[in-house]
Amino acid sequence: MRINRKFLALGMAAALVMAACGSDTKSPPATTPGQAGGTFVFGTSADPVVLDGAYVSDGESLRVIDQIFETLVTTKAGGTDIEPLLAEKWSSTTDGLAWTFNLRQGVKFQDGTDFNAKAVCFNFDRWYNFAGVAQSASVSYYWSTVFGGFSDGATPSLYKSCEATDDNTAVVTLTSASAAFLSGLAVSAFAIASPDALTKYEADKVGGTEDAPSFDGTFGTEHPVGTGPFSFESWTPGDKLTIVRNDTYWGDKALLDKVIFKPIADGPARRTALETGEIQGYDLVDPADTQALTDAGFQLLLRPAFNVGYVGFNQAKPPLDNAKIREAIAFALNREALVTAKYPEGSQVATQFQPPLVFGWSDQVPQYAYDPAKAKALIAESGVTDLNLEFYYPSDVSRPYMPDPTANFEAFKADLEAVGFTITPKTAPWRSGYLDDVDAGNAQMYLLGWTGDYGDPDNFVGTFFRTKQPSWGFDNQEIFDALTKARDTADVAARTKLYEEANVLIMKFLPGVPYVHTQPALAFAKGVTGYVPSPVSLESFATVSLG
Amino acid sequence: MIRFVVRRLLLLIPILFGLSILLFIWVRALPGGPATALLGERATPERIAQINKAYGFDKPMITQYLTYMKRVTRFDFGQSITLRKDVTAELVRRFPATIELSMAAMLFAVGVGIPLGFMAAKRERTWFDYGAVTASLIGVSIPVFFLGQILKWVFALKLNWLPTIGRLAPTRELVHHTNFNVVDSLLAIDGGALWDAIKHLILPGIALGTIPLAIIARITRASVLEVLNDDYVRTARAKGLRTSTVNRVHVLRNSMLPIVTVIGLQTGLLLSGAVLTETVFAWGGMGQLIAGAVLDKDYPVIQGGVMFLAIVFVLVNLVVDVLYAFIDPRIRVS
Repeated sequence: MRINRKFLALGMAAALVMAACGSDTKSPPATTPGQAGGTFVFGTSADPVVLDGAYVSDGESLRVIDQIFETLVTTKAGGTDIEPLLAEKWSSTTDGLAWTFNLRQGVKFQDGTDFNAKAVCFNFDRWYNFAGVAQSASVSYYWSTVFGGFSDGATPSLYKSCEATDDNTAVVTLTSASAAFLSGLAVSAFAIASPDALTKYEADKVGGTEDAPSFDGTFGTEHPVGTGPFSFESWTPGDKLTIVRNDTYWGDKALLDKVIFKPIADGPARRTALETGEIQGYDLVDPADTQALTDAGFQLLLRPAFNVGYVGFNQAKPPLDNAKIREAIAFALNREALVTAKYPEGSQVATQFQPPLVFGWSDQVPQYAYDPAKAKALIAESGVTDLNLEFYYPSDVSRPYMPDPTANFEAFKADLEAVGFTITPKTAPWRSGYLDDVDAGNAQMYLLGWTGDYGDPDNFVGTFFRTKQPSWGFDNQEIFDALTKARDTADVAARTKLYEEANVLIMKFLPGVPYVHTQPALAFAKGVTGYVPSPVSLESFATVSLG
Repeated sequence: MIRFVVRRLLLLIPILFGLSILLFIWVRALPGGPATALLGERATPERIAQINKAYGFDKPMITQYLTYMKRVTRFDFGQSITLRKDVTAELVRRFPATIELSMAAMLFAVGVGIPLGFMAAKRERTWFDYGAVTASLIGVSIPVFFLGQILKWVFALKLNWLPTIGRLAPTRELVHHTNFNVVDSLLAIDGGALWDAIKHLILPGIALGTIPLAIIARITRASVLEVLNDDYVRTARAKGLRTSTVNRVHVLRNSMLPIVTVIGLQTGLLLSGAVLTETVFAWGGMGQLIAGAVLDKDYPVIQGGVMFLAIVFVLVNLVVDVLYAFIDPRIRVS
């Protein structure tokens, strides 16, 4: 009997340890409610890649970069209008080629060096002179999106030069007029870093071999230095990244003493961590959780809609080259029902390929309200008899504009079959075949979408339709020209009109059916104040307080 | 014994060589590639081609393999494409987290599994036995992510006893020397950090340890049942030995061989990275790293990570084989 008791004791050891935990297990609260300062723990979906804006395009890197660095111009909190930041004002020559930025005076980098026009030009020249792997879209996506090519001239570049005419004036010269340039500059990828730190910590040192290049500098991993309201403190990938208030900041000082970014890849784990008080806020709230979190007293903040979900048509694959068939599909899809039934609060039915928040959105575009009878009539008019369609949807992913692709596919499939189409489902994992099939033009009809990078229509309709792309499979010079002209027009009012016209043109041509704009949610603990959701996710922690 | 160990270590060379070829082909046979994974919706054929060129993925497979092997012989697995960190350094840095979690899980599995199996055997065909067998069946079947959520719901959300994410409270500072939080907090003589580290180990340790626990309990039960019927046990009892002595010296020791085998194999598996447990509890170990790499098609991390795990697996098995000799002198003699 004694031995059994011993084993029993052993066997219950774990349970005893757990029971003992009841006495003192809650971590001390990060701060006492009601006071400024304290530590804010924010749950992120992943670690940043590196804290060097020029080298990243992922949201988790940019989230931290936004706190440590600043750009010349920024977007208005919660919107997309351009506001001064490190540049107090700016002007361009009438030809739109030379842009003069008058810089804020008395600003210092966190390493104590001066922010001035030379520092601005140092950064521009650094980006322009990227070579090798640094030019690839996986590294300098934003430069290639806004400026095109680099100094090697392999691809034409919008950027020509930067000149520091005096300490506080930087003149950026472009090779052609571009109104999107200013909106582009608000992206954190164009944050101004300390030239001293960039040099000292070898930001651009690329080692390894030609086939396996490696980024060897420590600027972006250990010594990121900008002018922002927070300074970098430490980073243990997989564990946490800590930033602290920059007490020498030129503007209003941050309210929090410290912000800890805690990577929690699993969505349900982020929610539980908020509920247990281990974190005080998190991003990428699962739409299915929003009601429960609100009911439990947590704060749900919605980002203004800045995305679009659409059904893409590849016109290289008949019968989608037939305009009447495309229209028939548009009338057959009950977008309203899908958005009402399957999307969270704040979602709206899309009428075109850009959200209303971005200028150039038009209320004159053709509407394709749900009308199955009209769809059937259009099919009959088209003369097409082979109504088989291969419909692609991703099997394993949740995107802000498409939380549950299977549900969207099922709903649309039923709609299309109801008017006479025969749907062949085609599915693949998002990163294991789906995107490749769509990009290569293998998919006939597919579910896809886009979240904007910055507040310019060129980043929406320009990205989709300004050039010929295999995924759309059409060659419509009228649309290409309209979008190129709109992009290259400097005057804002004229541009707005051109984009409105282009959106009408696009929706008449109907390269796909846009169906939803969503408002992604962030969740916060009770008492957290001062977080302003931004459509472009440019969100500052400097105004956040724990209550 | 030394010859045996050296021979087993030398066997690692062909194993790793074969594995390197298989892995190299396998990761490239997966649909999609790192470029698409990196770019998502922003992928265009031009951008994909540009990235493939920058990383040499456009070259013939054999050229890529030879370049890769040239580096691997210098223990250089390259840099992660997604994380832009040195693969070897990242694996070494994260491995202690995985070992710590595996040890906690194994402690739970052995500490509960062996007594449970032993008692079930001693009470064969009683309600306790049936209960233990059923519980172990459930333990093997229950998905880790589900169990993890249940544990969190009970012990964190309802009872407020235990934390649910990470290895330490995010606000706690601890100087890392070994990256084993329990060891580092002892070195720092920081009782608060030690208690914090242990608390963080409990839920993921139980979630991860449930399957090995169930297996160990079943093997223990079967093994003890077999030994209990052996003549020497009856003889020992007949000699008038105390029950505790019979159980310890004659029953348990003679039942240990299959149990140690299973513990060894399970330890190897646990060290291979508890992908789901690490993800559910935001553990930040190797499992999470390699799982993420598979999704991202991060070839250097997949290749480096799996090679690293293969080495660990072989070494753990070697340790188990050496342990046999200590448990069963007959193996030492042979």
